[in-house]
Amino acid sequence: MAGEETSKLNIHPMEQFIVKPLFGGDTIHWYTPTNVTLWMGIAVLVMIALLVLGTSRRSIIPSRLQSVGEMLYGFIHNMVEEVTGHDGIKYFPYVMTLFMFVVLANLLGLIPMAFATTSHFAVTATLAMLVFLSVTILGFAKQGIGFLGMFWVSSAPLVLRPVLALIEIISYFVRPLSHSIRLGGNVMAGHAVIKVFAGFAGALGVASVVPILSIAAIYGLELLVAVVQAYVFTILTCVYLRDAVGGAHH
Amino acid sequence: MEGDIAQMGKFIGAGLATIGLGGAGIGVGHIAGNFLAGALRNPSAAPGQMANLFVGIAFAEALGIFSFLIALLLLFAV
Repeated sequence: MAGEETSKLNIHPMEQFIVKPLFGGDTIHWYTPTNVTLWMGIAVLVMIALLVLGTSRRSIIPSRLQSVGEMLYGFIHNMVEEVTGHDGIKYFPYVMTLFMFVVLANLLGLIPMAFATTSHFAVTATLAMLVFLSVTILGFAKQGIGFLGMFWVSSAPLVLRPVLALIEIISYFVRPLSHSIRLGGNVMAGHAVIKVFAGFAGALGVASVVPILSIAAIYGLELLVAVVQAYVFTILTCVYLRDAVGGAHH
Repeated sequence: MEGDIAQMGKFIGAGLATIGLGGAGIGVGHIAGNFLAGALRNPSAAPGQMANLFVGIAFAEALGIFSFLIALLLLFAV
C-alpha cells in the first residue's frame, strides 16, 4: 500500500476495497466466494425482487414496487429509443440489465459496511469490455466493412481526413478504458473521500461534529453520483450502440 | 524520515497528477454553465437536451479521471 507514513491515520481510506474470501482462508482462486461475489449476488437478487416479483401481480392500480419497476422500464426504454433510434430498440434488454445492475451495485455499495463492487476496475472493465466487444461485432455484422466508414469523416476536407481517421481510431479504442474508469473512479473516489472524513472525525475529538456533518453532505452527493454514473454508463452504451446499428445518419 | 527518494518521487508525482482533475472541473463547469445559460433562454427546449448534457459531462470528466488513474497507478502499482 502507500507506505508506513500514512498509517498514522486511524482509518485507512483504501482499506474498504480489499477483496476478502467469505469463508476464511487467505488464498483467492477464481471460484472462491468473496465479498465481491456476495454483493454482486445481492444486487442481482434485489434486481429480481424489484422487477420480477414487483410486477408479478400486475394490477391496474400499481403497488409501490410495481410503479418503481414500471418507471425504470419506461425511463430506459425512452432513452434507448431516443438515443439509439428505432433500430436499436431490440437491444433494450441488454441496456436495461446493465443499468439495473450498475445502479443497484452503486446504491447497495453506499450502505455502511457494504462493499462497493463497482469501485473495482475489474468489475467495471468487464462490463465495459462486453459493451465494446458486442458493439464492434454488431457493427461489422450489421454494416459489414462499411462500419469502418465511421473512422473516415466524409464531411471534413480531404487533407484532414487521414489525421481525423487516426484520432477517431484512437478514441474508439480508448472507449472501453474511459467507459470503465469513469464509473469505477467516481465510485472509488467518493468512498475514499467519505473514509478520509471519517478519519478526521476520529482525530478531532469534540470538533468532530464538523467532519460528521460533512460526511452526511458528501453521502448525499454520493447518492446523486451513484445514480448519475449509472445513467451515464447506460447512455454511453446507447451512444455506442447507435454507431453500430447505423442510426447516426437518420 | 526513512523513506527513500523513489518513494518521495512517487508521492510528489501522484500529487502532481491530481492537478489534471482541475481541468475536468473546468470542463464540467463550462458545460453545465452553458447548458444553464441556454436553458434559461429557451426553457422549453431544455428537457430534450438533458441526454446531450450528460454525455458531454461524461466525456469531459473521463479525461480528468485519467489523471486520477495515473495518480492511483503511481501510488499502488509502481
